[in-house]
Amino acid sequence: MTLLIDLLAATLRNATPLVYGTVGETYAERGGVLNLGIEGTMYAGAFVGFAAALATGSPLLGLVAAVGVGLLSGAVMALLTVTFGANQHVSGIGLTIGLIGASEFANRLIFRGGELQRIEPMPLINPLPDVGPVSAVFSQYGLTWVAFLLVVPLAWWVLQRSSFGLEIRAVGENPEAADAAGVSVPRTRYLALMIGGALMAVGGAFFTLALLGSFTLDIIAGRGWVCIALVIFGRWRIGRGVVGALLFSLIYSLQFRLQILPGFGDLPFELLLALPYLVVIGALALSGRNVAYPGAYLKPYRRS
Amino acid sequence: MAGVPGSAPALELRGITKRFGDLVANRSVDFDVVGGEVHALLGENGAGKTTVMRIAYGLTHPDAGSVLVEGHEVAIRSPRDAIAAGIGMVTQHFSLVGPMSVAENLALGRASGLRLDLDAARRRAVHAAERFGIRVDPDARVADLSVGEQQRVEILKALARDCRILILDEPTAVLVPAEIEALFATLRSLLEEGLSVVFISHKLGEVRAISNRVSVLRQGQMIGTVAGSTDERELARMMVGRPMLGVERSAGAPAPSEAEPVLRIRDLRVDGAHGRPSVEDVSLGVRGGEILGVAGVSGNGQTELMAVLSGMRRPVAGTVSVGDLDLTGADPRQMTAARVGRIPEDRHASLIPDLSVAYNLVMERLDDFRHSGRIDERAIRAHADELIARFDIRASPDDRVAALSGGNIQKVLLARVLSRDPRVLVVSQPTRGLDVGATEYVRSQLLARRADGAAVLLVSEDLDELLALADRLIVLYEGRIVGEMSAQEADREQLGMLMAGRGRNP
Repeated sequence: MTLLIDLLAATLRNATPLVYGTVGETYAERGGVLNLGIEGTMYAGAFVGFAAALATGSPLLGLVAAVGVGLLSGAVMALLTVTFGANQHVSGIGLTIGLIGASEFANRLIFRGGELQRIEPMPLINPLPDVGPVSAVFSQYGLTWVAFLLVVPLAWWVLQRSSFGLEIRAVGENPEAADAAGVSVPRTRYLALMIGGALMAVGGAFFTLALLGSFTLDIIAGRGWVCIALVIFGRWRIGRGVVGALLFSLIYSLQFRLQILPGFGDLPFELLLALPYLVVIGALALSGRNVAYPGAYLKPYRRS
Repeated sequence: MAGVPGSAPALELRGITKRFGDLVANRSVDFDVVGGEVHALLGENGAGKTTVMRIAYGLTHPDAGSVLVEGHEVAIRSPRDAIAAGIGMVTQHFSLVGPMSVAENLALGRASGLRLDLDAARRRAVHAAERFGIRVDPDARVADLSVGEQQRVEILKALARDCRILILDEPTAVLVPAEIEALFATLRSLLEEGLSVVFISHKLGEVRAISNRVSVLRQGQMIGTVAGSTDERELARMMVGRPMLGVERSAGAPAPSEAEPVLRIRDLRVDGAHGRPSVEDVSLGVRGGEILGVAGVSGNGQTELMAVLSGMRRPVAGTVSVGDLDLTGADPRQMTAARVGRIPEDRHASLIPDLSVAYNLVMERLDDFRHSGRIDERAIRAHADELIARFDIRASPDDRVAALSGGNIQKVLLARVLSRDPRVLVVSQPTRGLDVGATEYVRSQLLARRADGAAVLLVSEDLDELLALADRLIVLYEGRIVGEMSAQEADREQLGMLMAGRGRNP
């Protein structure tokens, strides 16, 4: 029972960065731009958030800095793919390499070889009344509460129910139609990418500001790429993407607990580590067929 | 019904000039439309009709000229400006977002704050239905609607933005006759409300049926404006610069010899979807110097028959032969070697749009232009120059095929195929979507091949075309030949019955 409660709590915790990343990537892609800069944006969010929190002593200001770097990253991606109409794969991968490189470079400059710097991480909070051992499930970081109770419903509402969301979906499906209806395609795509970038960076900052309280190299470890897969798994729907993030996180959290069980002791732990990724590949293979990509996916828009 | 004399026109274009590279799409074009009138803009494909109206709607920027609405000059930099000025446009390729509902499409671009007011969009749809008789379900997904319904959504979109001037770019090209009638009824009710309609078309009959005035564009220049009642002959003369004679199989042409057929198909069977054959028991022969027309409503096996003759599909049973050569299941290369020229219905799929005209012209015979692995660029150019002159292709050898008009694309394909002097020519829908001039040209080329002794198999949905060109006709229905007759004896009514599957036994 304790194990189950612990597993559920870990699932919510580990799903948090994936939720931010997946929602952010969904915004970019619904607007018609595949943002492969996500891995780098999360990485930069983690580093900048940490550095700012360390400098100011305030994790909250760290978070603000991460949002700033996310907005900037989204704007750069938009400049490349919307204004210049550059290839989205190359732009995104370039952005990721550039942001990871810049973060590691700055890390070396600022924290030259010294011992591991730490900040006081954000605290776990539980606003619900204590109802016994189950309460542990709800003892979560503020960013986790915000992700599930604020970001996900709000992001869904904006995308599906607001006129701005309609414009994002329209420029992602048929930019000509949006243009002819008087919607500015570049403006809408810039905004979608910047909002997406900010969310990705917050997802990255979750590691340094909440989960770990420190910055280490390779801290994102491919979670940005996982988000890319989760968006497809979720068929570009926020709700399904979040379910995917929870599923991945459940298996991820489960395999850590399996590693210490006696029955699994003989299994190479690498195999268990690979398990959530294998599940993602399997889920994509099963659910990724015949999915309807956004109509203008990967296509730059130019008015003739 | 036309506007009050002396008052300013609803929309006026003055001195519009637009160049795309060396091509002058519009040369100082003047045009106006008054309230309560349909003003048709007539011209061949590539005459510049769409360009000048895209400029009025802000989708294209002019090099010179001005746009006036109700007598006042307006700066139109984008569709947003045009919409604000009361101009609406239904483009040829609809500007609708397929996966979204009708209401969402109506609400798009009407941002007033963050809130998305779908109920208002629904109310507008209902209101428009009452006022103009345009009926569409606001909650339907656009992608699920028929083309005619989608067009109604487009018109609704423009009306919902309070447009006073509605530009329709070739609105009937995608409609079936009943839908055209419905469209015209809608337009008439719009006119009663005092709206102005610009009707872009290259179809003379329609233009005369709906327009108060007709303006004719030719090669980017305004030729003149005449009353909508002007007779077709005169309109055609203005449009192409010469009276249209129409191409027809001349009565005096030698009847095909009673010789053996060159192209022979026996008991052909091709599998279709759902386990049902899409072509079954088709046997036919085409003699040299003969055009055999294949009539039928699309989807009755024509596509599959063409695919077999193009070497793109293997039949399940039956044989195909040309002369003594068995070509059953032959691939495209073998077909070319046997001098079977193919002009498929999807001409875009037969050319490589991103390559130049010159390369596309040698695509089937690259070996002839290759010396020890090197491509002979000079020979390819010379070859292109020759064919461009011979087939009157309005393009330079280096132009990308994608940049050409439909008529010129078809001429490139025609040039590639006919320059090989084919013994058998299989052609599908050769003039679909082409303007009068290009249609006439393509038909005259087919007749020239017939006169040279080629065996021509012509698949077409256009009965006029079949009756004008073919010597004999067969009718396909559900993959079988349900009728065969000589073109002279053919009567339309009987053909129509056969095509609808109501024929007696052949």
